Amino acid sequence: MTDKMHIKLKVNGEDKEFLAEPRELLIYALREKLNITGPHVGCETSHCGACTVTLDGKSVKSCTMFVAQANGAEITTIEGIGEPDALHVLQESFREHHGLQCGFCTPGMITRATKLLEENPNPTEEEVRFGMAGNICRCTGYQNIVKSILSAASEINAAKEAAQ
Amino acid sequence: MNDMTPDREERSANLKGMGCSRKRVEDARFTQGKGNYVDDIKLPDMLHGDFVRSPYAHARVVSVNKEAALALPGVVAVLTAEDLAPLNLHWMPTLAGDKQMVLADGKVLFQGQEVAFVVASDRYVAADAVELVEVEYEELPVITDPFEALKSEVVLREDLEGQTEGAHGPRKHHNHIFTWEQGDEAGTNQVLDNAEVVAEETMYYHRTHPCPLETCGSVASMDKVNGKLTLWGTFQAPHVVRTVASLLSGIEEHNIRVVSPDIGGGFGNKVGVYPGYVCSIVASIVTGKPVKWVEDRMENLMSTAFARDYHMTGKISATKEGKITGLHCHVTADHGGFDACADPTKFPAGFMNICTGSYDIPVAYLAVDGVYTNKAPGGVSYRCSFRVTEAVYFIERMIEVLAIELDMDAAELRRINFIKKEQFPYTAALGWEYDSGDYHTAWDKALETVDYEGLRAEQAERVEAFKRGETRKLMGVGLSFFTEIVGAGPVKNCDILGMGMFDSCEIRIHPTGSAIARLGTISQGQGHATTFAQILASEIGISADSITIEEGDTDTAPYGLGTYGSRSTPVAGAATAMAGRKIRAKAQMIAAYLLEVHDDDVEFDIDRFVVKGAPERFKTMKEIAYAAYNQAIPGIEPGLEAVSYYDPPNMTYPFGAYVCVMDIDVDTGVPEIRRFYALDDCGTRINPMIIEGQVHGGLTEALAVALGQEIAYDDMGNVKTGTLMDFFLPTAWEVPNYETDYTVTPSPHHPIGAKGVGESPHVGGVPCFSNAVQDAFRAFGLRHTNMPHDHWRIWQTANGLGLHD
Repeated sequence: MTDKMHIKLKVNGEDKEFLAEPRELLIYALREKLNITGPHVGCETSHCGACTVTLDGKSVKSCTMFVAQANGAEITTIEGIGEPDALHVLQESFREHHGLQCGFCTPGMITRATKLLEENPNPTEEEVRFGMAGNICRCTGYQNIVKSILSAASEINAAKEAAQ
Repeated sequence: MNDMTPDREERSANLKGMGCSRKRVEDARFTQGKGNYVDDIKLPDMLHGDFVRSPYAHARVVSVNKEAALALPGVVAVLTAEDLAPLNLHWMPTLAGDKQMVLADGKVLFQGQEVAFVVASDRYVAADAVELVEVEYEELPVITDPFEALKSEVVLREDLEGQTEGAHGPRKHHNHIFTWEQGDEAGTNQVLDNAEVVAEETMYYHRTHPCPLETCGSVASMDKVNGKLTLWGTFQAPHVVRTVASLLSGIEEHNIRVVSPDIGGGFGNKVGVYPGYVCSIVASIVTGKPVKWVEDRMENLMSTAFARDYHMTGKISATKEGKITGLHCHVTADHGGFDACADPTKFPAGFMNICTGSYDIPVAYLAVDGVYTNKAPGGVSYRCSFRVTEAVYFIERMIEVLAIELDMDAAELRRINFIKKEQFPYTAALGWEYDSGDYHTAWDKALETVDYEGLRAEQAERVEAFKRGETRKLMGVGLSFFTEIVGAGPVKNCDILGMGMFDSCEIRIHPTGSAIARLGTISQGQGHATTFAQILASEIGISADSITIEEGDTDTAPYGLGTYGSRSTPVAGAATAMAGRKIRAKAQMIAAYLLEVHDDDVEFDIDRFVVKGAPERFKTMKEIAYAAYNQAIPGIEPGLEAVSYYDPPNMTYPFGAYVCVMDIDVDTGVPEIRRFYALDDCGTRINPMIIEGQVHGGLTEALAVALGQEIAYDDMGNVKTGTLMDFFLPTAWEVPNYETDYTVTPSPHHPIGAKGVGESPHVGGVPCFSNAVQDAFRAFGLRHTNMPHDHWRIWQTANGLGLHD
């Protein structure tokens, strides 16, 4: 065991401070120190994307990043996307199009999709498939996930147009 | 009826009953990150367990030195077989009638086998301590090939030495487990010997793994004050786990509560009982604190629940015109170091005897030899009913090989051999009684939709263009027609560890007309909370939105055998309908009393009972529920509850017709799926949206298995595919869009006619993808090549056929 570091993070808009070993992975700090259990552990080798969070504006697999590396960062997890009575368009859309089954990949999937649509608000189906290729789902075969994301994109764009 | 009364159509729609694509009630928590999976469980003072695992596939364990590990701050205990032996927990029974070491007892039989269990204050300390446990091994000769195992003098299972009788009859050799025979051997051989045409083929259905995104794990908490043990875990069969835990630990069953929380996919991986579950229980009993064990991905792929690994040899005979006359199948089944297959007791090779498929084959014979090797135990049904994937792959490949032998079109060969609609119920040569089917209609619909003849014409043109050097891509048309056997099963022939494979549902109607129903099953993503409420809504006339479905807590749910083998809808779904009918029968008596007519003078109408011939006189189910709790009705007990334990009279037999169109680049070996059409007949359809989702998912798992996913070993018994870097899980980038279709042939013996669908697409999909690859090379003389058809193997096939010359 090594000396613990003083870690500061901003998670879902809240300031968090805690002590952690430098070798501790970000996913375990989130899940076990901060009780943010939306992001999941599926592989610990950055293949499956169940642990995806947004860190300083980028999609990051929190299972292959030390919490020490994240020190000072601003992080958004699934818990910071939408409210129970005001869900994010993607959360609604995944339900509407049956874009989830067991739900284990869903937090990472939706978190990644929010970034994807920020990076590319008008993706083609091919761009969605490529942009989501870092997130594995074992249940849905992706068809309805792709549909959910494309539908959310149209809805977000329609809302933007209406607002202008 | 006044103008304010909703019409029948509106009342029916309000129910959200069977047949509608009701949105899932589970999704609210999953989309907001509020699922509760086993690794999310956090209890005060909880400790973490981790395994020391064997790096060797076969070795003697000479000594285990725990000193350095125990000296590490935060380490609470290090358990070995010696510590478990006084409790008689160093070995555990398997579901297949064998026994398995919980922790290595003198030797190890596969790489990754559990040797010691470290318990520490957190997962990092536990992982550090695992490295500090010093184990001295003495290597033994490794056998990874079952044929070699049957010839070798090396005894793998020394604990069984001298035992010539196993759980399933005589053992022929010290590494042999069982021989399972079905059908008429002499009659089949006679037909084969005198047949006009015989096609023979040997095929290997490779070892793979269900690999759900969530690995296996458990949290055990022994409350020493009250003598109660609570066990949360990734259990597809929580009630069976409780019974097994009770038998193993000696704790009475009422003092054990087993809970399956949300499960992150199962696909068969979470049916078995694993050493981690046992060790977490023992560690909690020893330490008096809650103990969590969650395996990592590598441990998951190396040690818990492989699937398949069947070496199959087939002979199929036919007339010159293509009418099949007989089928012979022999399987050498590699079961690894322990026989931990998850099959009903009387079926050591599962339902492999459905291998006559969808065809009217007069005589058949099947023999399966189970063999021990130095590979991980398991043999689970990966997204299929017990070994049905193997059976369907076998027959669907044999049909293709026979078509080649006969120089016939494979679609036509299937058509002339299908069991005819009027032959149902149909007793197959290997004993099963198929409940219902209309194969010709499904097949014709499928072939017409994809323009089968057009595809064959295009394929023929492509072959010519290839020969002229105008293209380097070949085209394959993959066909499969499958019949599944699901819904295990009738208690008379299906049990697991002696427990009959019935299932159950308990319903409680609340006074204000909403309800809760609990079942013996457990969802792992199938959406039970949504669909079972739909069945009930149609049966009892209360909106699905007003019905809570609960599963997975043995303290509250009625006993059931769990969710696997597509059994939830055929068995628990039937129990739900039957319990609903009991509610309705009582509601009818209450309604008649309230309406002051005879019981027989009222009839059920969507959400109410009406007086026959006078529909303006009625009592809604809400009114009836209220009356059940607040009115003294002569001769009727208060309350409105029912329970049903359903013992199915037969299995159900869903079927389907699949077509895959594929282009294959012969120079890179890369297959590109142009089109995939899947027609499924699962009987009565409860929720079309969920059915379609199950089909997409099952097909994707089929794609994975056919095109690259495998658990491979080297000669030393090292697992070569132990991470997601090597073990193929398709991403959105590799997966096509699927076209889904259906016909409806209800099961005649199921209360609502439903047959189950979750696994059909996997069962039918694997041969369809494989047939597409192999069909692309048929014109160049390919007869059969084994899966998985990854790019390298496809390239080798092309190369072997001289297509790179």
